[in-house]
Parts: sequence; structure tokens; C-alpha cells
Amino acid sequence: MDYATLLQVLDSTFRLATPLLLACLAGLYSERAGIFDIGLEGKMLAAAFLSAAVAFVTGSVWLGLLAGIAASMLLSIIHGLASITFRGNQLISGVAINFLASGLTVLVAQAWFAQGGRTPSLSGAGRFSPWEWPFAEAIIPVPVVGPLYNELISGHTAIVYLALAMVPISWYVLFRTRFGLRLRAVGENPAAVDTAGVSVVGLRFAAVAICGVLCGVAGAYLATSLQAGFVKEMTAGRGYIALAALIFAKWRPWYALYACLLFGFLQAIALRFQNLDLGLFTVPVEFMDALPYILTVVILAGFVGKAIPPRAGGEPYVKER
Amino acid sequence: MDKMPRWADVLLIPLISLLLAAILSALVILAIGENPVEALGYMVEGALGSTYGWGYTLYYATNFIFTGLAVAIAFHASLFNIGGEGQATLGGLGVALVCLALPWPHWTLALPAAVIGGAAFGAFWAAIPAYLQAKRGSHIVITTIMFNYIAFALIIYLLNNGLKPIGQMESSSARFPEGAALPTLHEMLAVVGIPFSKAPPVNISLFLALAAAWGVWLLLWRTPLGFEIRAFGKSEPAGRYAGISPTKIIMITMLISGGLAGLMAINTVMGEAERLVNNSVQNAGFIGIAVALMGRSHPVGILIAGLLFGFLVQGGAELAFWTSIPTELIIVIQALVILFTGALDNMVRMPVEALFSRRRLAAKATPAE
Repeated sequence: MDYATLLQVLDSTFRLATPLLLACLAGLYSERAGIFDIGLEGKMLAAAFLSAAVAFVTGSVWLGLLAGIAASMLLSIIHGLASITFRGNQLISGVAINFLASGLTVLVAQAWFAQGGRTPSLSGAGRFSPWEWPFAEAIIPVPVVGPLYNELISGHTAIVYLALAMVPISWYVLFRTRFGLRLRAVGENPAAVDTAGVSVVGLRFAAVAICGVLCGVAGAYLATSLQAGFVKEMTAGRGYIALAALIFAKWRPWYALYACLLFGFLQAIALRFQNLDLGLFTVPVEFMDALPYILTVVILAGFVGKAIPPRAGGEPYVKER
Repeated sequence: MDKMPRWADVLLIPLISLLLAAILSALVILAIGENPVEALGYMVEGALGSTYGWGYTLYYATNFIFTGLAVAIAFHASLFNIGGEGQATLGGLGVALVCLALPWPHWTLALPAAVIGGAAFGAFWAAIPAYLQAKRGSHIVITTIMFNYIAFALIIYLLNNGLKPIGQMESSSARFPEGAALPTLHEMLAVVGIPFSKAPPVNISLFLALAAAWGVWLLLWRTPLGFEIRAFGKSEPAGRYAGISPTKIIMITMLISGGLAGLMAINTVMGEAERLVNNSVQNAGFIGIAVALMGRSHPVGILIAGLLFGFLVQGGAELAFWTSIPTELIIVIQALVILFTGALDNMVRMPVEALFSRRRLAAKATPAE
């Protein structure tokens, strides 16, 4: 692999890691507050559809982004109602949300655009355009650094940089603010938070709402930036890979970045090389596709350090009377 | 002690949940500019209006009974097996390998062997997540999800490398030998002189599914093991205190669960396609979750819910054929059923419970007057 190819693969690593990272951080907030969320996939899908649809109709990608966030938030509210207010099973609620999004997106897309469950292709202001950094063209002749700057650092869309910025922001919010401390406490020991006079329900709804916003951005990125429009099932399991990355990262923001970059890198390799010839043997593309899941199972099995989820995760909180 | 009578719990609550799901589905159909009453008409006519429609309804129902039982038995042990899809995929591989291994002379020999093959491969795919849950404490929901995706990748790889006959373009296995073909309901009913449409793929697996439902009932409510599974599911600490080994229960329950999901392949792979194709499960593993929730994890309930979902899938296919409503409507209905009977169960339950306790208080107060 020469330097130019490597840069291209790394470049697409960042683009493919972005939706994973946003969804992973979304799951991080929710699960740190004790609300398991396997509905990341559905929220991203709903957001992808509505953002593409609104971006097409209005011609503005920013309105599309807002619509995507709204769609994701709506599903978040359902998840919150089911798992916080009515103390239902959070996993079952997540499953329902995934199916709801999977069915409704195609149903509405068909009724709205009649193109077989997809939106028309987006172009121009309907998509996020890449940010060219200063001197990106001028610096190309400089060896090593020039192409690196031009190819890898410059020329992504705003959401890629936003996703990367969300990592330190999330770390700061979760580990350096009062809100973050309480949010983490509510995922470990909600009774203690309640005793301290802080609303468990309020905190958990806040976490689920943040999760909705981030999933919305992730979905909008898929439809308006990575691709040009919505197609059926376009999330293609990314919500579950994000969930895998979250476990891989053991529910910590910086590790979430590394896990998502790793899984994004695997996707980029699989996209670029199909069957990867390593000289001695060939790695089939199917193995590359399955690798994030296999790695997660290995991590979960506790062979490489133990992944311990937040203690109160998945359990509805019942206030003592 | 009970907050409400048993019939309310078993019948009233599921019916209210179903009604809510139906109302919302009707609103969805209205919102996309179609007529819900007309849509229901097409569905009933297409799924139940002829032996052709019934044939497909029963064919789909067979799948959902298997996957519904798989999810339900795991529910009884407080395990959420979301991996039915992957286990049924692997079950298909097991069935295919058995069917292709020998030039089977007659289905009576091929069927028992394929049952063992399908169940063993499905159970194997559930065994690893079960072991990780029992021994390493990794959450079974996450591992079974991961195993679904690993199964999909594995099957695509095997279909393209090894299972596909040389020179064939389409990625599928070779056709099974003639002797492995299962008798269809048409052939079976013809023996006793009842006319039944020849086209639908419904076959002897339907009776296998009914037998499986009876077997699960027998196991859960008439054997010591079933008692242990249910006791463990109600309270793990209590079960442990009573000397029930969590490892044993988790492993056995998940093996049975995976085996049941794997058996679904008898119907689809051996009964219908007669070769292994990609995506042979077609969401049945996931629909099993809705079926188990709606059937209250009881075999009788699962038979009814399985039939209902068979009707929905066949009716949905007919609906897509006659109108512009895509088959994805069924996914929406499935989601709503899971939402109302599963996640939002308390939303329905709390008001009904309140109603009954108020009535009971009133009934107690009256004689005193």
C-alpha cells in the first residue's frame, strides 16, 4: 500500500467512523444514565430519512438536519416514555423502535416520493459541502505533510469535525460537570441521586434526549453527507456497530473515538479492497464485515479486560414510598 | 392478592394492546392516503379467502410458531434471545448440509436427520452467547445481536465459497435430492380427499411446529426441568437458594431456544426453497419476539399469535400486490405490537388494574351497607 492509498483509506476511515462515533456517543449518554438503548439503529434510520426528505423539499441541508434531529427525538421520547415513565423493558422498547423506523421510513417515503421507498437524490445545497481548509491546495507540493493536510485533515463536511469535537466535549460534560456526575450516578445508583434530592426521571430523560439529538445528527450525516439521499435500510447495522463500539470502549468517550476509528478503518478496508490479499492467505470481505462483532464478543467475554456496564443499566427506577 | 382476575391478564390486556396497535396502524394507513377498511378487506381476502391464501398464511405461521417458541422459552428463564434470526440462519445451514450429504431415498428418512441437523446448528449458535452469559456475565442480548451479524456474514461467505456448485452464478447451494422433498399440505390432504391449493409451500413442518408447541408446554409445566427454568426466571436468587444451577438453566434453555429457532429452517429451507439461499429467514427470527410477547410466552398464545402474524405477512403481501401500500406496513404493525404488548405493557396494565381494584373495593363495600 503506497502513501496515497493509505491516505485515501484513512480519509474514508474518518468519513465512515463519523456516524458510528455520533451514535456511539449517543448511546454513551443514554447508557451512562442507566437506559439501555438498542434503538440507535432505528433513530439513525428515521433521521436519515426525514433529513433527506426535508433537505430535498426545502433545498436546505440545515433544515434537513433539524428535521432529522426531530425524527430521532420523537423516537427517543417513545423510548423514554416506555422505559422511564412506564418502567417497561428497555431492550424490547429498543427492538420496537428499530422496527418502527425500518417500516415507517419506507412506507412514508413511498407515499411521499413514490420512488420505491427512497428519496430523490440530493444535490447542491441539499447536501453538506466539504470544508476546504486554508492553503489546502497550495500545500500539496510539500512532501508527506502536504497530501496529509489536503487529503486527511481538510475537505470533510462540518459534521465530521463536529463528531470529533463531541469527544472532548462529552468527556468534559460527563466527567467534569455537576450534570455529568449526576448523570453517571443515576446509571450506577439512582436511589442515591434521588436521596440527594435530584430528579432521577428528569436526568434520565435529559440523557435520552441528548441521545436523540446525536443519533439525529448521525442519521442526517448518512443521508446528506456520506450519501446523497435516503435509501431503504441505509444504516445497514451501523447502530449495532456503534453499540459494539460502546462496549469496546467500555462506556468511555475517548475510547469510543478509538473504537469507532478502528471499526471505521475496517469498513474502509472492506470497501476499498474487497478480499484482502495478505500474501500468505486472503481475508474474505465477509470476515472484515463481521470483525467488529467478533471483536466485541471477545471483549464481552472478558478475555481482553472486562467490560462492565453501568450498574443500574436496564433497570427502571421505582421511587420508594 | 391478585390485582385483577386471570382472564383480564390473559385476554383483556393483550386485546387492548392489540387494539391500540390496530388503531395506530389504521392511522398510519390513513396518513399515507389509503383506506384502512379497504386495506383490511384486501388482507382478509388475500390471506383467508381461499385455500391458496390459507396455505401461505399457515406457511408463515409455521415459521413464527418456531421462532415465537424460541423467544418464549428464553423469556421464561428471564433471558431475552434476540438472536433467533442468526440461529435460524445457522439452522438453515444445518438442514442444507444434512439434505445434501446423502442421496435421500425418502422424506421419512431425511426429515428426522434434518431436524437433528437444524436443531443442532441453531442450538450451537445459541450456545456461545449462553456460555458467555453463564460463565463470563456478558449480556446475552448484546452477544446474540452480534451473533446475528456474524451468522449473516458466515452464510454469505459459505454460499459463495463451497456451498455454491461450480459454474453457478447465483449464490445458493445445490438443489436438494428429490427424496428430501417434504410432503405439502396439498398432498397430505389429498390422501383424505380434501381439496387444497397446490401452490402454497405449506408442508408437514406445520405439524412439526404444533408438536413443538405441545413439547414446550409439556417441558415447561409438566417436568422438573421446566419448573426449574420458570423458578429461575422468576427469581434468580431464589432459584439459586433452591439449588438450581444458573449455568445449567441458562445453557439448557438457550440450547432449546436456539434449537427451536433452527427448526424453522425445516419449513423454509427444506420445505419451500429446497436449497439454501441467502436471507432464508426473512425477519421471522425478529417477528418471533412479537409473537412471544403477544402470546404471553404460552404455547397456546404463541399458536394464536403465530397465526395472526402469518395472516399479517400473507395479507401484507397481497396488499402490496393490489394497492400501492408496500409490505413494510407489516414491519410497522409488528413494531406497534412489540411496543404495546412489550415495552408499554404497564401503560395498558396500570389503568386496567386500577379499574379492577376500584370495582373490588366497591364490591366489598356494598354488602356492608
